[in-house]
Amino acid sequence: MSYDFDWSSIPGAIPFLLKGMGLSLTLLALAMLGGILFGTLLALMRLSPIKPLAWFAGAYVNLFRSIPLILVIFWFYFLVPFIIAAISGQPATVGPFYSALIAFMIFEAAYYCEIIRAGIQSIPRGQVSAAYAMGMTYAQAMRYVILPQAFRNMVPLLLTQSIILFQDTSLVYVVSLPDFLGVAGKIGQRDGRLVEMYLFAALVYFVMCYGASYVVKRLQKRYAV
Amino acid sequence: MSYAWNWGLFFQKTPDGSATYADWLISGLGWTVSVALSAWVLALALGTVLGVMRTVPNKWLSGIATAYVEIFRNIPLLVQLFIWYFVVPEVLPFGIGDRVKQMDPTLNAFLTSFICLGLFTAARVCEQVRAGIDSLAKGQKSAALAMGLTLWQAYKFVLLPMAFRIVIPPLGSEFMNIFKNSSVALTIGLLELTAQSRQIAEYTANTFEAFIAATVLYIGITLTAVMVMRWLEQHFRVPGYISGGGGK
Repeated sequence: MSYDFDWSSIPGAIPFLLKGMGLSLTLLALAMLGGILFGTLLALMRLSPIKPLAWFAGAYVNLFRSIPLILVIFWFYFLVPFIIAAISGQPATVGPFYSALIAFMIFEAAYYCEIIRAGIQSIPRGQVSAAYAMGMTYAQAMRYVILPQAFRNMVPLLLTQSIILFQDTSLVYVVSLPDFLGVAGKIGQRDGRLVEMYLFAALVYFVMCYGASYVVKRLQKRYAV
Repeated sequence: MSYAWNWGLFFQKTPDGSATYADWLISGLGWTVSVALSAWVLALALGTVLGVMRTVPNKWLSGIATAYVEIFRNIPLLVQLFIWYFVVPEVLPFGIGDRVKQMDPTLNAFLTSFICLGLFTAARVCEQVRAGIDSLAKGQKSAALAMGLTLWQAYKFVLLPMAFRIVIPPLGSEFMNIFKNSSVALTIGLLELTAQSRQIAEYTANTFEAFIAATVLYIGITLTAVMVMRWLEQHFRVPGYISGGGGK
C-alpha cells in the first residue's frame, strides 16, 4: 500500500460538512413533502373513474420512470427559469436549489404515486361501499376511511423510498449545489485529500442510511398486520 | 416567449466538423447501452452467487452476502462511483493504480462505470434472487434433498430454475434501472446519452431539442427493455402461477 492516509483535514471541515448535510436534509424533507402530496394526487387520479385523469397520471408515471433523474435535474435547471421568464415577461434567475427541488418533487411524485396506489388498492372494496352507504361523499370516504388505513400500510415503503431519495440528493452534484457530497468534494480538492473525504462521505451516508433502514424494518414488524 | 425551434440542428456539423450532432447523440446512446448491458452481465452473475449465498445454511457465506448487500445499498451510487474513480486507483498496490491513471480517459471512465454499476446492481439482483428462492415452498428443497440430490444439485436443478422464473418481473425493473443509473457516468467524463444531449444544448443553445431527443431515446430504451422482459416472462412462465398468467 503506497498511499499515506491523512485524515487531519476532516475535523476542520466539520462545520462546512454540517452545512452541506443541512442542505441535503432540507432538500430531502421538502422533496418528500412535495413528492408525497403530489404523489397522492396522482394516485387518486390513476384510480379515478374519469378516464382522461387516469390516462394522464399513467402517462406521467411512465414518463418519469423511464428517464434518469440526472436528465430530469438538467431539464428543470433549464426549464424553471425559462417558464418563469415566459410568465413574468422578463429574464429570471432561479438558483439551482429551487430548480433541483422542483425536479426532485416532480420526479419522486411518480415513484410515490405507485406506492400510494398499491396502498389504496390493498384496502378491501367493501370499505368504499360501506363509506358510501353511510352517506359519505367520495372526498370524505377517501379522507376519513381509505387514505388513513392505506397510509398506515404503506409507511414502511414510503420511508424506504425516502431513503433512496436521500441517496439521490447527492446527484445535485451535477448542478454544483453544495450538498454534503459537494462540500466533501470541494474540501477534498482544496486540501488534496479527495481519498479521505470521499471515504468519509461514504461512511456518513452508510451510517445514516443503514440506521434509517434498520428503524424502518423495526416499524414494519411493529405495524405488520 | 419566443423560442427558435430548429430540429434540423441534428444534421448540422459539429464545430470540429468531423461529425453531425446526431452522431454525438448516437455515440452517447452507444455508451449508455454498452455500460448498462456489460454492467448487467456482471450484476446478474455476481448477484445470483450472492443471492444463493444468502440462502445457504452457512453462517459465514450468508453473513458475507448480507454485508455486501448492506454496504452497496446504503451508499449513494454517485459516492460509490467517486470511490471507484478517485479513491481506488490511489490505494491499489504494485503500481496498478498508476497504470489505471495513465489509461485512455474514455476507457478508464467506461471501465470504472462498468465495475461500479455492476457491483451496485449486484446487491439489488441478490435481494431479488434471494426473495425468489425464499418464495419457493420449503418442501421443494427438502424433497430435492430427500431424492438424494446434493445441496449444490438441489440449487442447480430445482431451486434456481424455479426462482429465476418467478423473479423475472422484479429483475426486469432492475434491468431498466441500470440504463437510467448509467447516466451517473457523466460525472467522471463518460460522454453517454445525457452528457451528449447536454453538450449539444451547450453548443447550439437549442436546449429543448437536445433534451427532448435524449428523453425520447431513453423512453425507447425503456420500451425495448419492457418488451424483452415481457417476452421472457411469457416464454418462461410457470404454469399455474397467477404471475405466470395461468389464471387467465
